[in-house]
Amino acid sequence: MTTARSLGTLAVVGVAALALAGCVAKSDVATGDALTVSSSDTACDVSAATATSGTLAFDVTNAGSQVTEFYLLASDGLRIVGEVENIAPGARRSLTVVAQPGEYFTLCKPGMVGEGVGRSSFTVTGEAVEATGDDAEQKQQAVASYAAFVKDQVEQLLPAVTAFGDAYATGDDATAKAQFPQVRAYYERIEPVAESLGDLDPKIDYREVDAVAGGLDWTGFHRIEKDLWVPAKDALNADGTTPAWQDWAPSTPEQRRAFADDLVANVQELYDYVHGDAFTKALDEQGIAGISNGAIGLLDEVATGKISGEEDWWSGTDLWDFAANVEGSKNAFETVRDFAEAKGEDGAALVAQIDQGYADLEAKLATYGSLADGFVVYSTITDDDRRDLTALLNALAEPLSKLTSTVLE
Amino acid sequence: MTTDPHTPAVPVPADRDGEALPAPAPAGLSRRGLLGLLGAGAGGLVVGGIAGAAIGGAAASASEAAAEGTRHPFFGARQAGITTRVQEHLHFAAFDLAPGATREDLVSLLQDWSYAAARMTQGLEVSASGAVGGSPQAPPDDTGEALGLPASALTLTFGFGPTLFEKDGVDRFGIAHRRPEALVDLPRFLGDDLTPQMTGGDLCVQACADDPQVAVHAVRNLSRIAFGRARIRWSQLGFGRTSRTTTAQATPRNLFGFKDGTANILADDEEALRTHVWVAESDGPDWLVGGSYLVARKIRQTIETWDRLQLAEQERTIGRDKAQGAPLSGGDEFAAPDFAASRAGAAVIDAHAHVRLAHPDANGGVRLLRRGYNFVDGNDAVGALAAGLFFVSYQRSPEQFVTVQRALSSDLLSEYIVHVGSGVFAVPPGAASGSYVGAGLFA
Repeated sequence: MTTARSLGTLAVVGVAALALAGCVAKSDVATGDALTVSSSDTACDVSAATATSGTLAFDVTNAGSQVTEFYLLASDGLRIVGEVENIAPGARRSLTVVAQPGEYFTLCKPGMVGEGVGRSSFTVTGEAVEATGDDAEQKQQAVASYAAFVKDQVEQLLPAVTAFGDAYATGDDATAKAQFPQVRAYYERIEPVAESLGDLDPKIDYREVDAVAGGLDWTGFHRIEKDLWVPAKDALNADGTTPAWQDWAPSTPEQRRAFADDLVANVQELYDYVHGDAFTKALDEQGIAGISNGAIGLLDEVATGKISGEEDWWSGTDLWDFAANVEGSKNAFETVRDFAEAKGEDGAALVAQIDQGYADLEAKLATYGSLADGFVVYSTITDDDRRDLTALLNALAEPLSKLTSTVLE
Repeated sequence: MTTDPHTPAVPVPADRDGEALPAPAPAGLSRRGLLGLLGAGAGGLVVGGIAGAAIGGAAASASEAAAEGTRHPFFGARQAGITTRVQEHLHFAAFDLAPGATREDLVSLLQDWSYAAARMTQGLEVSASGAVGGSPQAPPDDTGEALGLPASALTLTFGFGPTLFEKDGVDRFGIAHRRPEALVDLPRFLGDDLTPQMTGGDLCVQACADDPQVAVHAVRNLSRIAFGRARIRWSQLGFGRTSRTTTAQATPRNLFGFKDGTANILADDEEALRTHVWVAESDGPDWLVGGSYLVARKIRQTIETWDRLQLAEQERTIGRDKAQGAPLSGGDEFAAPDFAASRAGAAVIDAHAHVRLAHPDANGGVRLLRRGYNFVDGNDAVGALAAGLFFVSYQRSPEQFVTVQRALSSDLLSEYIVHVGSGVFAVPPGAASGSYVGAGLFA
């Protein structure tokens, strides 16, 4: 498995100051401005790597053998500015966006799963342009953009978790251990979506102490984690009380296969859900408030679950989860930031505060490593570090908690 | 809790160095009630004045029981919470400015804190929309646990630590040149075992109230307002005042079971306040004139050992009798100790008794205005009661505290106590109506 996409892009996470790309009618685009994209099974050739700001049309032809998708990603490599999906082999479809000056990435995703192919830089020069389209249209576009982000993460999660499960099931523990925190990042970026499904998150992501307390069969990432990072005989579980080896033994090869298959099946269920009508409907109903609440919820995850270091009790990879939660939160925020920024002086001030909050927190996290190159083990994080991280979280979460009411004004 | 604005009022006890007393508030007027009275739009820096003018005037006999309705104005020549009748509960918090915080951040924080303090001390919620009046889609401005509670004599007193002026050689806020010369870290004293997590701080807030929930609500909301600009470095809850500042108050007892604060400087002793508490023009700097210095010491008491001590030994250690608090040399609680008195060739008050070493006579006449509280932080890791005295004193110069504390180096009591936390802060004068606390420092 490769995680080239995250590995290559997470290092450039910055404060993207992109305006929302609005949908525009096809007739607005001068035909001469159209960019052509050829999506094959291995490449994603765009006719130019630069363009002038304004309305851009990407004319995408599927030259490959599988159904494909085309993405225009923001400079953080995560946020989806625009995408066109379900392009059958031989078919042509067009993506039209209003692009602000800045750095972007283009990408095709033949087969509609995985990290995609032909990731290339794309630069937009020129003056900033006024967003067009009415408010409702822009909101709909924001919801669509967030839906695409969630789908994209799950599309990358599915093959990654399959490869991870295979490594674990076949006893290739070194590979599985290396993949564990990276695979989880796809999940952690969109965790509130899985949590909204009720029974799926417990199956995928429950810690042992929670599963026991909830009377559930303990499955998922953390069950596998304990097999990979076998506790010492006298170790204690995350509750600090129960012995790690009480009611637990390393899984047999058969059990490993079963846990791996179960995790993949649950992720497949998540995949099916986010690609189904129910998800679209739920997002539509919640509108941009749902996205904003998602941004807030992910930071709450960090504050309550990650700072304590009890999430990845055996692997100590909590900082990967931490960073992925923050990325997911920031992505959701970026999707709705224009609506907040448009709410007068107060809205602009709030956005500036939130921007600063993410920047400060990211800078602190970067002192411990990165998703690309790995983080320090959480046990090396001191109480002073925790105090600093908590203060930075508070500084960000306090203004962020006002985002929903601001975008709804 | 009644919200009837016609409830009979109680007078506010004398404070503020004999200035004209603020108009009293009706007993039991709740946050919601007062807000209703003012109208939601009245939130401003003159809240206290408006409220006073609107509902003041009536008078009734003061009693501590009715004092829960007492409101102390936030604005005035001096900060409240120094000579103010000592309230029953404390929440003290020390803050550090955030890394990268600017002078503008500091000023805006003091402004926001002053606004919130002006409201909360009047029994109001922290903002006009408060705990339940805002958007259902937004977290409330006010955390809500003080809804329905009266002002409870809440005072919020703000101070500036040495590190605010210069930290690790860096003048973060362009005020290093305005640091009072006397504002430096306290020297190390014999027997100190200070924990960095309970020592120092750029800023401090002393919240005192007769209802602990009101004091905690204040610190909690001020902390929340500070997120991103400053964060709590340490904080301490205190219960059971260990001193008095008015003649009417009975002398309370500390956790050793002895009366504490018998000889404290009282609010009506203007001369003593001038001599020992308020920073004078001749002291400078200008922005601190009319203010004071606050010394906080978290003093852990080894309760279990003390409790095993024979009564006579306890009394010898303190130098006073346990029942009345009278000096061992005779008389009642308020009798002056006779340090020369001897019996059978031995000093009646031990040469190392606490009362002797702490007494002005032993310290060149130096006095402190004490405002400490008892604390119990549950228990420690070995099962001992984590109890002690959170000592707070106000003085014209920190040197006064240093003098007394040095004199106490051979104190018999030091066998049963250990200082674990410490802080020294310059306490600026009060904020003028519509201004903010410490404004003079940035003028």
